[in-house]
Amino acid sequence: MTKEQIKDTILEIIAQIIPDEDLSNLKGDIPIREQVELDSMDFLDIIMELRKRYGIEVPEDDYIQLATLDSSVAYLEPRMREL
Amino acid sequence: MDYDVLIIGAGMSGLAAGIRLAYYGKRVCIVEKHHRVGGLNSFYNIGGRKFDVGLHAMTNYVPKGVKLAPLPKLLRQLKLKAEDFALCPQRMSAIKFPDKTLRFNNDFGFFVQEVVDNFPRQADNFQKLLKSIFEYAELNLYAKPISAREVVGSIISDPLLSDMIFCPLMFYGNAQENDMEFGQFAIMFKSIFCEGFARPQAGVRRILDVLVKKYKACGGELKMRCEVKSLKCANGKIESILLENGEVLTADRILSSAGYVETMKLLTGCDSSKFNCHVGHLSFVEFILILNKEPAEMGHETTIAFYNNSDRFDYRRPDELVDVSSGVICCPNNFQFENPLPEGMIRITNLANFNLWNRLSKEEYKAQKAVCLEATLKEVVKFAPDFRDSIIFTDIFTPKTIHRFTSRINGAVYGTPNKTKTGRTHLDNLFICGTDQGFLGIVGAMLSGISMANLHVLQKV
Repeated sequence: MTKEQIKDTILEIIAQIIPDEDLSNLKGDIPIREQVELDSMDFLDIIMELRKRYGIEVPEDDYIQLATLDSSVAYLEPRMREL
Repeated sequence: MDYDVLIIGAGMSGLAAGIRLAYYGKRVCIVEKHHRVGGLNSFYNIGGRKFDVGLHAMTNYVPKGVKLAPLPKLLRQLKLKAEDFALCPQRMSAIKFPDKTLRFNNDFGFFVQEVVDNFPRQADNFQKLLKSIFEYAELNLYAKPISAREVVGSIISDPLLSDMIFCPLMFYGNAQENDMEFGQFAIMFKSIFCEGFARPQAGVRRILDVLVKKYKACGGELKMRCEVKSLKCANGKIESILLENGEVLTADRILSSAGYVETMKLLTGCDSSKFNCHVGHLSFVEFILILNKEPAEMGHETTIAFYNNSDRFDYRRPDELVDVSSGVICCPNNFQFENPLPEGMIRITNLANFNLWNRLSKEEYKAQKAVCLEATLKEVVKFAPDFRDSIIFTDIFTPKTIHRFTSRINGAVYGTPNKTKTGRTHLDNLFICGTDQGFLGIVGAMLSGISMANLHVLQKV
């Protein structure tokens, strides 16, 4: 996957978890949870979806890496490059 | 068979935990002793009539579109839609004490106004109480327990108002006598007053049907009439699960909704001094009355009335079979349904003493049910229209019945007062969910299952 595809995948996962939220103006460098109503339980589901769909394991200590859209792409790129 | 997770009990928390785990690809099995799902929130039929066990109303109701509340949270976690539970909001409920009545519905502003109108001198104090409730992090699993009686008593200076607030919150979710942990108080306050009551037309069956279907659709396995005989431990973990039918199962992790002490009693091969034996003993008797007309036709439009016949409210195990001095009068007809229910119904709940009920002979047990019904009706008609002549059918369940069907020690529906908030036990792979973990009520139980599944299984790589 390219960085762009990874970003689209993350957005698509978030849209599935919180279908009522408008994600079109989501800024890449601001924590996702400051921009949309996504609580810690919803946040866990992003990680669970990544595991379910692509077998990617994100250890608890790395959850912080997925705070913003940009940091998520950076963190996931080496793990999703080959997909 | 070997599973990633074995869940004991197909009640609200076990099913909710099961959905989370099965959805994310875990090999899950729920074992349920009874032939019916639901646990403390189950259902039964008598003579073609359908009855619910626990549910008077589901708390935490918020209309579709509200996002940051427990109900939408749990719907998102279980991948369900708001429509799935088909919840119909209540009409109007009330807290009735001899000289004061406080009404409330699903509009919190209405309740605040009721408090201000009835207790004008407490208006500022009530605002202070609201502030302390909204600022409290009630979902923090590691918070030190504090006494709600102390907190509320230090803010509200009229004990009557204080008792009137405590009355519904205790009846609908408190395992402790006369006091309540403040976090639990805040949860109950929000779930009842700030959010509100609703009920599916078909009662608890609808909620359970949705959960079971979802669980199975996600690939979860459900074994009914399947009782755990013992949990064999070695090296600080549970090694295997022996069923009453002789089968042996293994699982990496076990989530038990059977109650803390109830679960510990299943352990073999481990030192029993390692766990506490503090059991709850608050239980209830429930009188279910079928009427030959709708209660509203007799002028009873209240959905749920919490009554107390003196100015001080006592919430404790009575020294007699039943304490009729306070109770809950629930009218399942008085929700905003599209079609009326087939018959008029009133349900009355009173505190009751398990030991006293349990030691009665078969004949005395039956006779005492009738005596207690008469006593409670005499009290209840002081707070509702006299509907005694309209009763055409009665069913009564007692703490003994609750114990028989749920295996809860003392028939204690709210479990032990010593909650295991983190769900952890002294064994590495055994966790507690449901009533004894600490989130009570139907929504609370489901959230308990969800949080324990997240915390102890899904978050672990």
